[in-house]
Amino acid sequence: MGSWLDRLFHRETNSAQQAKDRLALVLIHDRTDLSPGTLESLKNELIEVISRYVEIEPEAVRIEMSQEGREQRLLADIPLRTKQRRRTT
Amino acid sequence: MPAKVITVTSGKGGVGKTTATANIGAAMAANGHKVVCIDADIGLRNLDVVLGLENRIVYDLVDVVEGRCRLRQAMIRDKRLPELYLIPAAQTRDKSAVSPSDMVRLCNDLREEHDYILIDSPAGIERGFRNALAPADIVVVITNPEISAVRDADRIIGLVESEEKGPARLVLNRIKPAMVKRGEMLSTEDVLELLAVELLGLVPDDEVVVVSTNRGLPIALDGKSKAGQAFRNIARRLNGEQVAFMSLDDNGSFLGRLKGLFSPGGN
Repeated sequence: MGSWLDRLFHRETNSAQQAKDRLALVLIHDRTDLSPGTLESLKNELIEVISRYVEIEPEAVRIEMSQEGREQRLLADIPLRTKQRRRTT
Repeated sequence: MPAKVITVTSGKGGVGKTTATANIGAAMAANGHKVVCIDADIGLRNLDVVLGLENRIVYDLVDVVEGRCRLRQAMIRDKRLPELYLIPAAQTRDKSAVSPSDMVRLCNDLREEHDYILIDSPAGIERGFRNALAPADIVVVITNPEISAVRDADRIIGLVESEEKGPARLVLNRIKPAMVKRGEMLSTEDVLELLAVELLGLVPDDEVVVVSTNRGLPIALDGKSKAGQAFRNIARRLNGEQVAFMSLDDNGSFLGRLKGLFSPGGN
């Protein structure tokens, strides 16, 4: 592909990088059998359960898959609502 | 020492399993090892034509399993490499004609008198793959730097691990260094990062492979081609030798070829 074509179509990343990025996502879902939709409902239920015990910031909750070698890990970042902030609201 | 069973598999079809099996087998035999290649792709056999032995088939794998012949009768000896044998697949049967335990038994019968047993697995993750995997001591996964081949390789690597046959060892086949350089093909580093698996070999895309397959002469026996060298290196690594990975950068360019001419036997 000529670079003028790239500019014409505003292609920032090359196709090898695109392939790598797409594969990285596909492999996570293949390996864990967790679709983006399932991950979303997992996140919602998690928020529900944790909210029964502590006050959290539901919008700030992040659930992500991380990869270490061939090991998959589910990472949850769940910010708690601080007492100080509760007073201000 | 009894033979090691090496299964060559890939998930996706057409990535070069049969070519790799034939060439690794030929390279091992050329190094003086006693090698048996088994075509486990029942119904779609091809290892016979790639090795140039198709005219000498009398009995096949299913004949052995079903007791119509002795094991020795189904082993075709390669005249160019007297230590290389082929057990061809049956062409008119399907994968269910053989079971994983049949394959284990067959390999156990071959182990004492050979150094390596190479099994050419069919594509897919069904019965044929299970047959090829069951007797394996080492699993070699072949892939190409293409999105679908890498995805399928990942699936196979996972299955190999869950069957406790791991860790699988990867051969990246048909690399086009010029495309990698232009950012139009996944690089070796990309594929290794995605699959997180041990690298066994890098094989450049080489037109000579097509020509040698046309003739039924394994490219590994051609001293000059880069792909042949790559397969010889893989055979030596499987034999436990430390062999540096070849640099593929020069391939294709005029200067690179010129350089290749003046450094014979390099990398």
